[in-house]
Formats: sequence, structure tokens, C-alpha cells
Amino acid sequence: MTTVEEQLFMTEKEELISGSEAVAIACALADVDVITAYPIRPYDTVMQYVSQLKANGAFDCDFIVAESEHSQFEIVKHASSVGARTFCGSSGVGWFYAFEAIAVTAGLRLPVVAMVGNRALDDPGAFGVEHNDALAVRDLGWMLYWVATAQEALDMALMAWRIAEDSRAFLPMALSCDGSFLTHSQAIVNVPTQEQVNKFLPSYDRGRLQLHPDNPITVAPQVNEDWLMEIRRQSNEAMTRTPGVIKEVYEEFKQVFGRGDPSPFIEEYMMDDDPDIVLMGMGTLALPVRVAIRRMREQGKKVGFVRLKFFRPFATEEVQQALGGAKAVAVVDRDYSFGSPSFGGVLFNEVRAALYPLEKRPHVVNFIAGLGGREVRVRDVEDMVEITQKAIDTGKIEQECNWIGVRE
Amino acid sequence: MTLVQDLPQVRGVKNIPIQEGFTSGHRTCQGCESALTMRLMIKAAGPRTIVVGSTGCMYVANTTYYSTPWVVPWMHTQLGSSGAAATGTAAGLASMMRKGKMKDEPINVIAFCGDGGGVDMGLSGISAALQHDEYNLLILCYDNESYANTDIQVSGSSPWGANSTFSPPGKVHRIMNKRWKKNTAPMLAAGHPGVRYVATACASYGLDFTNKIRRALTIGGPTFIHVIDPCPKGWDYDPKYSHELGMLAVETGLWVQYEIADGELTLSGPSRAIQSGVRSRKSVREYLQRQGRFAHLTEEDLDFFQSRVDESWDEWWLPGVVPFKKPEE
Repeated sequence: MTTVEEQLFMTEKEELISGSEAVAIACALADVDVITAYPIRPYDTVMQYVSQLKANGAFDCDFIVAESEHSQFEIVKHASSVGARTFCGSSGVGWFYAFEAIAVTAGLRLPVVAMVGNRALDDPGAFGVEHNDALAVRDLGWMLYWVATAQEALDMALMAWRIAEDSRAFLPMALSCDGSFLTHSQAIVNVPTQEQVNKFLPSYDRGRLQLHPDNPITVAPQVNEDWLMEIRRQSNEAMTRTPGVIKEVYEEFKQVFGRGDPSPFIEEYMMDDDPDIVLMGMGTLALPVRVAIRRMREQGKKVGFVRLKFFRPFATEEVQQALGGAKAVAVVDRDYSFGSPSFGGVLFNEVRAALYPLEKRPHVVNFIAGLGGREVRVRDVEDMVEITQKAIDTGKIEQECNWIGVRE
Repeated sequence: MTLVQDLPQVRGVKNIPIQEGFTSGHRTCQGCESALTMRLMIKAAGPRTIVVGSTGCMYVANTTYYSTPWVVPWMHTQLGSSGAAATGTAAGLASMMRKGKMKDEPINVIAFCGDGGGVDMGLSGISAALQHDEYNLLILCYDNESYANTDIQVSGSSPWGANSTFSPPGKVHRIMNKRWKKNTAPMLAAGHPGVRYVATACASYGLDFTNKIRRALTIGGPTFIHVIDPCPKGWDYDPKYSHELGMLAVETGLWVQYEIADGELTLSGPSRAIQSGVRSRKSVREYLQRQGRFAHLTEEDLDFFQSRVDESWDEWWLPGVVPFKKPEE
């Protein structure tokens, strides 16, 4: 049993919690005003924790169980327009059911923060992780972050409101959390105090865009060909400003809470000696990849790993710097993009495009793995490295996109 | 629950507030009754109001960038989102006022939708909004009986037999729309016992409508008003007859005006006179034959139409309102 004092976040503490619970605690610490829920696995565990926190008086919010994901996202969109701090989320086809609302939230530059518990887009029915749900919004103006650990889920949630609600951005942000591997798996998490969070996270100020009788503006009138292009340009400029905002916020977070990576955009693992082969992927994939790399390093293979954290904004220069020196890059996609260039995954094509301007380009080989929540095993990672090594040895890529761990 | 405003009932048409909240700048058609509905709605509600409008004529024709007619704060919402938009706006305000992040004062929240956005696509969202007793909000459905903004397509609220671009009378099928108009307001009233106010109205009876808006905004909790709006373009008649057609819809007993306040049903205007037997219903032919959308109806069709309306008055338990058969005496 936790004491009331602990529940009210008066003392710093370590807790064994899941990624979903970590995000729920961040909601309480951030004093979110309106939270909307609708059940779908696996994201909805966050809402179960939120409802418990509210029921037990750990924080005060309007917690609304909507009648569909569409309404769920519309409710927070409108709550955000009057100046309320908001949170919602979904998974898989639920995220797609809300797609209309998700699209306009970005168009309206409303800083909604959402959690996506990454899930396959069934049919056929599947609860496990695939990244295609969250990736579908990649062109719309949402910032997209892929989380790897429960600690990172809590930390990045706190940063998400700060980044999204910065008037230079005013863009929504989604935290992508691998279904089961992160949403349901527990780890030790350092839970900060309310005092620390208050120092870091100011309240949301919608400013002159706030919908209120004292500020009788019209939001989202018909603009048509007369103005839409200028407005799209403004959204693009806002997204262009986000890397600067993110860096600023990340540095400040590190100062207040005393933890964080050198870069908010990528995490590098065993990259100091400029390895020949660099693996790249997102989310909880980092765990088996790290184990495999340690094992391969013991065997004398120079392999490193770059975990992409922000998919949007995409840190082109950082990715170029991290990967440009390698002989070959192995991009691991927990997604698919049927009919895309080289019939490869989404991340693969993005990374390959980012590397194209370099004078000396590494080979880029693609691996589709872990779909539908299938485990990516250490030996799968070793297979990827072996295929990639062949590209280096022969000087050509035999097959650009390889499906790993699949029955053939 | 947040406070409600003091909006007293208006006695006499001359006492309707002179202040306008819906002014020039809109581009609605000549004779558009929905524009009049908007104008009266915001006159009744006053300036301390946030209006959220879902996609439809009253968005597309009304709210052009740089020429918005809205004096009050106004925001667009998606076609099926009037319920969620009202809930989100009210929840945002309520939460921040409760926590002291915003000055605590009564602000009216009105979300409007057309029949396409309300009776069809948005029904589940409206239903959910009506379950939240803790929020003060009004959802207004302006019903011009078709998707009038997109070229006049049939909706779940279009009358039987009406010609629309999705239900054109042809050589083989004279009647393409075989659906009877949904009985929306009673469905919502019966389905949500916690809702304190549900009403129907028509801008042809402006004072009645104004007072219903005020009652909906002051009674507390979520409320719903369904308004019928004659549409010259969609119904195919000379724009100068809009007002008259609104009256005929009521006088023929086709559109029944009432309010259900705290479970008590009260009919108003001609509907009340018909109910009490003070006046008889006009023939639906007087109404249907003045609209081009019914020009293809045969005598047999008109008789059928009349018989359905007769049935709603003579055989329904609550005449014109609730379609259950009267219990045996």
C-alpha cells in the first residue's frame, strides 16, 4: 500500500511499473486537465492507471470515457482549443478510427499529447506490436517519438507537453510505445517529485489563439485555395522549429532531473569506434539488438546500433553523422510499406533518403522483423548482420529488403 | 457543475435582444432558414457564448476566412463531432475553472450540426454528450432534410420520396428514398433520462425558438434542440416562401413543436392547437405540392404520405411524438 504522501508525489522514489503506468503518473504530475479514454488493447492500460489515480484523489482531471476513438480525439482537440492541457491515446485500428480527428488536430496546431500503444492493424486479428499505426500520421504535423523503456516513457511524456505547448511549435505529439513489450512490461522507474515537475513544466498558455468570449476569434474557417497553401507553409515552419525547441527542453530536463542521453533524437550504442556495420531501429527492439551486439563484439565483429527516438521531426543531420561513416547500415523495420521503393519498410526508405545527399554513402539493407508482436531474437539480429556483412564483402546488395524470422 | 447564465424568457417578439451575434459576411442562399436559425440562436444566447459548428452549410457557406459573420468565438468541428466538440469545449472550461486556471463564470457552449452531421453521422457522439450531466451544453440540429452543402443528397432525416441527387426519380424507380424521416428528438429524450431538456422548433416561430434556446441554456446539463429549416435550394421552391413553408410543416402536423423539460412534454404553437383539437391539421398536399422535390409524387403517393401523418396523430401513444401504439383503454 502506498501512502497518501507517496501518491501525491511529495517524495522522489523508485517504483516497479510498466510503461503505461509511467505515462499515467506523468499525466498526474503534469496536472492534465482533460483526458479521454476508449478501450483497445494494449494502450488502454494507461487509462486504467489514470482512472485509478483520479479515483484515489491523486490528481484532479476531467476523465471522459468517450463512445468511440473519433469522439475521444475530438473531445481533447476542443478542450485544447479553450486552453486545457490534454491527453489521450489509442492503438492499431482504434487510432485509425480517430484518424479524421487526428489529422485536423495537427492542422489546427493544437498541442494534444497522445500515447500510441503500437499494435498491428487487424484484420486478421492481432494484438501485438507493429509500428504502422503511429507511422500513418507521419506526414500530418504530429511529432512522433518512439519510447524504449518505462523511464523514458515517463520522462518523455513530461517533455511532450512542454514541447507541444511551446508556442513556436503548437503541434501535437504522440509517444509510441511498443504494445506489450513496453505497455505491459515492468521496470524500475525513478518517479520525480511534484516540485521538480513544477519547476520544469509551465502551464499551457494558448495565448491569442484561445477560444473564449474575451477573445472572440473564428477557428478553422473555409480558406480554400485562397489561403490553404500559406497555412500549410506555417505548419511546415512550425515543424522546422521543433528540433530547436526539443533540444532546449531536453537540456533543461537533464538539468532539473539529472538524466538523459547526449541527444534527444538518437541514442547511440557501441558507436565510439566507428563500426563497419550499424543497425538502426526504433522502440523496444533496442533490447535484443544490444544483447546481440555485445555477443558479436565478443567475437570481434565491429557492430553498433543507433536507435531513432524522434521519427518526426526526423533529425537528418544527426542520422547522417551517425551512419555516414559506416560501410553498411542495417535498418530494422517493425512495419511494412507494401509497394514502396525496394518494397522496403517505412524507416528504411526514410533513412536511405536521408543518406542520399552524402558523397560517400553506406550500403543500406532493410530487415522487416517482429511484426504482429513476434519476438525479435538475438539470433535474428545476428542473421541481419551476416546478410549486411555479405553486402560489404561483395560490394553489392543482393536483396534490399529481407524478412527475418518468417516462415517461408 | 459550472453556473448557468441568467437568460430570462422573452415576452413578446419586440423584446428579442437587438444585439446581433451572427452578422454580415455569410454567404448563405437567399431564403436560407438555417441562417435565420443561427441568427436567432445567438441572439438568444448572447455574447458570453462559444459556438462550435460541425461541417455542413452553416460551416461552408457561413464561415469564409476574413469574412466570418460570427461575433462570438466560433470553431469548426468535424461532420460527426458536434457531441464531442460540445463535450470537449465544456470539459476544458469546467476543468480549468474548477482548478482556478481560468476565471469561474458561466459560458454558454453550443455545438450545432446539420441533419447529416447530427441525425446520421454524429448520432453516437450526441448520445454520449447527453450522458454527461456534469457539463452545461446545447446541441442544436438544424435540419434542412438533406446534405444541402454537398449538392442535396438524401439523409436519414429526408422525407419519404424526396427527390435528391442521391434519390432522383427515374423511369423504373419513381421513389428512390424509401426511408421515413427519423424521429430524432424523442429518440434522444427517451434514450437519455438524465437530460433535462429536449425540444423541437422552427425559425418561422421565432419567439418560441428563442425561448427554447434560453431554456436549454439555463436548465443545466446537456440539452438538445432539433429545428426544421426550409431550404429553397434543396426543397426547390421560390426563396420568398421559406417562412410560409416552415409554418406549413407545423400546420400540416408533419413537424411537431414541443419541449420535454424534466420529463414533461408540452406542445407549443399550432402543434398544441392541433393536439387539443382547437384547430385541425392542414392537408399535407398543401405543403408537399409547393416543393419541387415532391413534384414526381402521384396521387397514391400523396395519400400514402397523408396516411402516415394521420397515423402519427391518431394512433401514436403521444400524438406526433412517440410512435408506440396507444395502450388498450
